[in-house]
Amino acid sequence: MARSLSIAMGVARRSTRKLRRSPVPGLPPVLIPLFMFAAFAGALSGLANTKSFTYYDFTAFQFVFVYYMASMLAGAFSAFEISGDFESGMGNRLMLAAPQRMALVGGYLIFAVGRFLLGSAVVWGVALLAGMPVRGDPLQIAAFIGLALLLSLATTLYGAGIALRLQSIAAGTLILIPIFMTLFTAPVFVPRQQIDGWLRTVADINPLTPAIEAGRGFMAGEPVSVAVAFGVTGGMVIVFAFWAYRGMVKAERGPGGGRGGGRRGGGGRRGGG
Amino acid sequence: MNPSGGGQFMRLARRTLTRTLRQPALVVPSFVFPLFMLAVVSAGGADVTSIKGFPTDSYITFMLGAMMVQGASGAATMAGTTLGTDIGTGFLSRLALTPITASKLVAANLTGVAVIGVVQAAIYLAVGLAAGASVEAGIAGAVALLGVCLLMTLAFGAIGSLAAVFAGSGEQIQGLVAVVLALLFMSSMLMPRNLIEEDWFKTIATYNPLSYLVEANRSLLISGWDGEALALGCGLAVALTVVALAATVARLRRSMV
Repeated sequence: MARSLSIAMGVARRSTRKLRRSPVPGLPPVLIPLFMFAAFAGALSGLANTKSFTYYDFTAFQFVFVYYMASMLAGAFSAFEISGDFESGMGNRLMLAAPQRMALVGGYLIFAVGRFLLGSAVVWGVALLAGMPVRGDPLQIAAFIGLALLLSLATTLYGAGIALRLQSIAAGTLILIPIFMTLFTAPVFVPRQQIDGWLRTVADINPLTPAIEAGRGFMAGEPVSVAVAFGVTGGMVIVFAFWAYRGMVKAERGPGGGRGGGRRGGGGRRGGG
Repeated sequence: MNPSGGGQFMRLARRTLTRTLRQPALVVPSFVFPLFMLAVVSAGGADVTSIKGFPTDSYITFMLGAMMVQGASGAATMAGTTLGTDIGTGFLSRLALTPITASKLVAANLTGVAVIGVVQAAIYLAVGLAAGASVEAGIAGAVALLGVCLLMTLAFGAIGSLAAVFAGSGEQIQGLVAVVLALLFMSSMLMPRNLIEEDWFKTIATYNPLSYLVEANRSLLISGWDGEALALGCGLAVALTVVALAATVARLRRSMV
């Protein structure tokens, strides 16, 4: 256990150092949501004047979506680290050092939490500086941030599962596209009740919808769908943790899924590079 | 036997086309993502049309022009990645030993990308029309729309090429996608400029060149033949193409000596 923790911290420290040395790849997960925030809150603010819009503030309404986007992108871009490390061969070397291989995923998760906290500080800071009103009490806002953290963890684990299976930076597209599809098929611009047609059907079954509605409730100081939101988001963390675990098992077997080959590490086929 | 100048040009253009199409990771996202955005933004933001003074009842028609600009912007990545990879792998240095000129090389690269851009625009238009969008300027307007998209594809392709000659590799060009997407969202993509309520955003959208590209397309879809919008959009696209190409060729000439 102590060794696994030490390995996880080592992986997290290494990824953090890499990001500090080359910060440019760290910008998109923060800048993309901020641009979206500016675009939606700036261009579409006229929607707040339509009769059917009853939320207390349009900027706060958009902020929930944007904050979740920043949280999920922090997870996705942390998963890109795994793709990069495995493509370069570093992942194989790390596996040789880790008897419990999931400790490596734990390290990337710690790194993702760090990025989440940094992204949270920037996104919240910009929104508050822009004058966004917050009606929720501190406990409700803490619950909102907790939901965002769970989403970030779920996204990191989902991305880790793909990255460990593909072991190539080409995994980036496969990680990002479903995230954007999930984000944009949730109730982004108006409350779910105002959406019609196919998008309403998709929004009804979108696992992100309860979290978005609960987040908007927390911000307004009128919590709704809290149990469903935490249940679904917590469930996603568990499902994607299993997905990442299976990905690690496949990665241990090496390319080809292990047919006719032994496990990696300690004389694995690709060697320790 | 060495091929003539025209033969060299055609071969290089075909090479760009084939190489790009052989990389689904490069083509598919830039092709599918605008269609996805068109579907979700037009469905989710349909209430925007109830704002007083909105120029159309159909938000999909309103959004189609912007999505065609987003599709054209994929040319920056395609042209930039192809040229950047050629520089990074040393192919360009080998080409320097042949009679091909820098301008012909860049033009051939852009031709391949332009073919993909026009096909892409035609598909977006067909999907948009099938989903309920309309072209106010009629059939001639639809053809003109493809022409405007061609100019935009060339402009974005030239910008991608310029970025490639400065970056010297294909990987670094990927960041252009995020820059263009951010600029597009900060334009009049989601709302006509006269209806934007936030002054700071209206100012950004007014100074953002992408607003004029979006509005050129949108004019043909919503208001018919609007000479001013078309002149601004097409003029900007041509100016960007000329400036970016001139800078790209000048830089390449130095490195191909």
